[in-house]
This record gives sequence, C-alpha cells and structure tokens, in this order.
Amino acid sequence: MNPVESPASAAKPNLFQNKRTLRLVKERVFFGIIFASTLLALGFLFYLLFSIFHQGWDHLSVDFFTNFPSRFPAKAGFKSAIYGTVWLGGLTLIFSVFFGVGAALYLQEMSPRNRFTSWIEISISTLAGVPSIIYGMLGLGIFVRFLDLGRSVLAGALTLSLLIIPVIIIASREALKSVPDSVRMASYALGASKWQTVRDHVLPSAIPGVATGVILSMARAMGEAAPLILLGALTYVAFIPGSPMDSFTAMPIQIFNWASRPQEAFHDLASTGIIVLLGFLMICNSAAIFIRSRWGKRL
Amino acid sequence: MNSQKFTSPILEARNLNIYYGTKKVVKNLNMKIGKQTVTSLIGPSGCGKSTMLRSFNRMNDFIDSFHYEGEVLFEGSDIYRSKIDVTEFRRRIGMVFQKPNPFSSSIAKNITWGPKINGYVGDLNELVEKSLRRAALWDEVKDKLNDSGLALSGGQQQRLCIARAVAMDPEVILMDEPCSALDPASTLAIEDLIHDLKKEYTIVIVTHNMQQAARVSEYTAFMYNGDLIEYGPTSKLFASPDEKLTRDYIVGRFG
Repeated sequence: MNPVESPASAAKPNLFQNKRTLRLVKERVFFGIIFASTLLALGFLFYLLFSIFHQGWDHLSVDFFTNFPSRFPAKAGFKSAIYGTVWLGGLTLIFSVFFGVGAALYLQEMSPRNRFTSWIEISISTLAGVPSIIYGMLGLGIFVRFLDLGRSVLAGALTLSLLIIPVIIIASREALKSVPDSVRMASYALGASKWQTVRDHVLPSAIPGVATGVILSMARAMGEAAPLILLGALTYVAFIPGSPMDSFTAMPIQIFNWASRPQEAFHDLASTGIIVLLGFLMICNSAAIFIRSRWGKRL
Repeated sequence: MNSQKFTSPILEARNLNIYYGTKKVVKNLNMKIGKQTVTSLIGPSGCGKSTMLRSFNRMNDFIDSFHYEGEVLFEGSDIYRSKIDVTEFRRRIGMVFQKPNPFSSSIAKNITWGPKINGYVGDLNELVEKSLRRAALWDEVKDKLNDSGLALSGGQQQRLCIARAVAMDPEVILMDEPCSALDPASTLAIEDLIHDLKKEYTIVIVTHNMQQAARVSEYTAFMYNGDLIEYGPTSKLFASPDEKLTRDYIVGRFG
C-alpha cells in the first residue's frame, strides 16, 4: 500500500455514529430522575420537621425540661424522660463498648480462623438485622424475669446493649481491618506480644472508626421505644432514677405515650418531645464527627 | 560452593524446607551466617529470599498457610522449638521492612516503645539520642522529637525504623529490601549506614539490586526457585561464580 494515500482524507467509511442529541436527552432524563428522587426525600424530611416544629415549638420552654409528666397538658414536662434516657445512655455506652469492642478485638485480632469463628461471624451479622422488638422479648425473658432485675434502668440498658452490640462489633471490625498490617509487623518485629501490639498501635489507629460506629448505634438505641415498652418500662414516671435498679421511662416512650392520648394538646407535647430527642441525637452525631476529625489530626 | 565454614555462626538454617500451603518455597536449605558480617540474599522475584529472611525471626508465623521442616538456629538454639519465647528472639533479632513503617506517634516514642515494652531500665532520653545518632538521623530531627514520625520523608522514615531496631540493642538486623521504596540519595544514606552498623551488628539484607549487594555486603547468597545456588564472599561470587546459573543472573541474562 502506498503510504501517501492512507490518511483519513481518502474515502474511508465512517464507523462512528455520533447521535449527540439522543445522548444528551438521555443524560438529561437520567439526571432529572435522580434529582427528583433527592428532592422527594428532602421534601418529606422538611415536611416532617416543619409539622413537628409547627406543633411543638410553643411548648418548648424551661418548664418542659423541669416538669414531670402530668394529666394536664399545660403542666406536663419531659424531665423524667430526659433523665431516663441519660441513665440508659450512660449504662448502655459502658456495656456496649466493653463487650462490642472487646468482641471485635477478639474476632479480628486474636481468634484463630476456624469453623467456630466463622460461625460466630455469621451469627453476628444475622443478629445485627434482628428487629428491636425481638430484643425486647429477650430482655424481658432474661434480664427482667430470669435474672430478676425487674423493670429497671439496668435491665433496659442491658437490652439496648444487646441490640447494638452486633452493629458495634461489625463497625469496629471494619475499623480494625483498615489498620495496615505493616503496623502490626513493625510491632511484632520489636518483640511485642499480641496484646501489646493491639493495645498500643492497632486499637489507637482504629479509634475514629470505632467511635463513629459506637456513637451512631448509640443514637439508634436512644431512639428505640419498642424493646423498652416490651420490657415493661413505665410511661408515667414522676421521679428521677436514683440507681440502676430504679424503674424509668425514656424519651421515645414518653413521646409514644403522649402521641397515643386522645387529647390534641398531648399530640403537641409529643412533637415538643421529638424536637428534644432530635436535638439529643444531633449532638451525638456531631460528637461522632468531631471525634473522627480530631483524632485523625492528632498526629 | 553452597556453604560458608563459620565456626560459630550466629544464625544457621539446617535442612530447612518452607511451605506456603502445598507450595514449597524454600528447599532443603543449609546456610550459616557469621557474626558481624553483612550478608546479602539475592535472586529473582519469588525465589524465596524474603521468606528465608523472615524465617530468621519467625515473621512467617503470621502467614496462615506457612509450615516448615528443619531447624533455624540462633546462637545454637532452635528458635522454632526453644523454650524461650519468640518475642525474646525478636528483641535480639531486629528487622527493617521494605516500606518504611514508623508508628503513628512521635519520633521519640517510635524509638522508646520497643525498649519500654521489653522492660528497658536505662535512661530513655539517652537511648533516643544514641539510637538516632547511630541511624544518622539525629541532626535532622533533634529539634522535633515530639513531631510525628509519619511527617518525615521516606528516607528519614526508613532511618527512623533502623533507629527503632537499633534501640533494642539487637545482635542481628534483618533488612528486607530496605531501599526499594526510596530515592537514590536516601538509598545512599542507608547504604552508608549499613557500613557503619556492621561494626556492631550482624546484618542480613535482601535486595533486588545487585550493585547494592556488591557495595554493602561481605558475603552474598544467590537463591533461585527455593534453592540456595551459591553462597560465598561477595567479591568471589560476583567476579568468578562457580555456578552457571549465578553467572547468568549476575550478568542480567534473566531475573
């Protein structure tokens, strides 16, 4: 072939069909669909927030935080529910971090790889998907009845811990998995034991991920009403729990209680309760973000 | 010529076979490493030289499918069967890895952590300075000992890792391609350092770079496909190898 004749100027068939307009239309349509789905989700969220604030904002006063619940909507407050949730949160945090992070460390760093551990792993991912009300029944059977803890804060916190431990284990294991092996090798090569390696190098590197998992699942636990109601948590509590063995109520239970009353005024109070609960959960989430960014920058 | 006649070797492999699963990666290997020598392990990728190096401080133990036959002796005691805990051997046999891997803590803590967990009773500040000086890093970092070790350049990080190994007062330092992730200037600094360190330590170094083996080591072992093909003084091995395979590798006919 003569090289002079080969350039594209020769009668070379065009094998590409541009179809530019059609491609552009398709892109626009797809963009429209995903934008609409985002708008729809946001729209519902804003509608929900708007109606809650519309109903509940007027009741948001100092009295609402300092009064106990009452038969009279005007006097009813959220105090016992807030204290109950704080008690529950504190105890749940202790139990779930200890057992959740502990189990994650064992499974990810210490355990041998065998059938037993892979069976445990499958069980944990299954447990993470079990509905919370099932945990309520479990808590009622084990903590309230069998261990005879009664309808106490302790029984409630243990039940909520059971609920979130699988999630904490999974999140913590992911965080531990992301710590590069070179760190472990460096530590072992210096004559460190497994425990020293995990304690001083692996776990500190995994803290941001672990903390994120813990705080997000804590937020979930604090929003749960169903398992606590099943346990027999009280809905009318005119005192603050003084010890882990006292009975209690919690924010979601109080909200549920108010929302199921026939009087309109209690529905507004339920909305006020939701505002407080949302604020509480937002603080939790901000703490997660803060810890993650702070720990990452530490060194 | 497959063996050096050291009368009291510090490390010795006897009839060592190493397997990953069913794959045999080190084949019936016998090798003695003399005290206060620098020994290079060379050979093409996958020849088993890194595996061999890691068997000297049992770092292969972390690979699930690893198993072995034979003996690895450190000063006469079998490190795989001895009653002495493996962490004690690892304290006395330091290691520097291919990729610099300082801990995500301060420069000073990178040095002191190992001695601390192994019950060091001396002055830690002194140890930091001594170790960093020995790794030729002191002058560059003496004003920022509390900065993160990860903020250093790659070459500095690798010298920090050497300082960290030196701080344990080991008898042997194993180096697994310590310069392969570094630029030429940092490589030169590390090689100079090896020259200084060999006065006090036994060094075993795995390298892909034959010029580096020729520059830094007194003895060189050539491995191929899991076999120790030839082991002898570096000058002899590079100038007039006994084996045809060694010669072919050195002149670059394969590998």
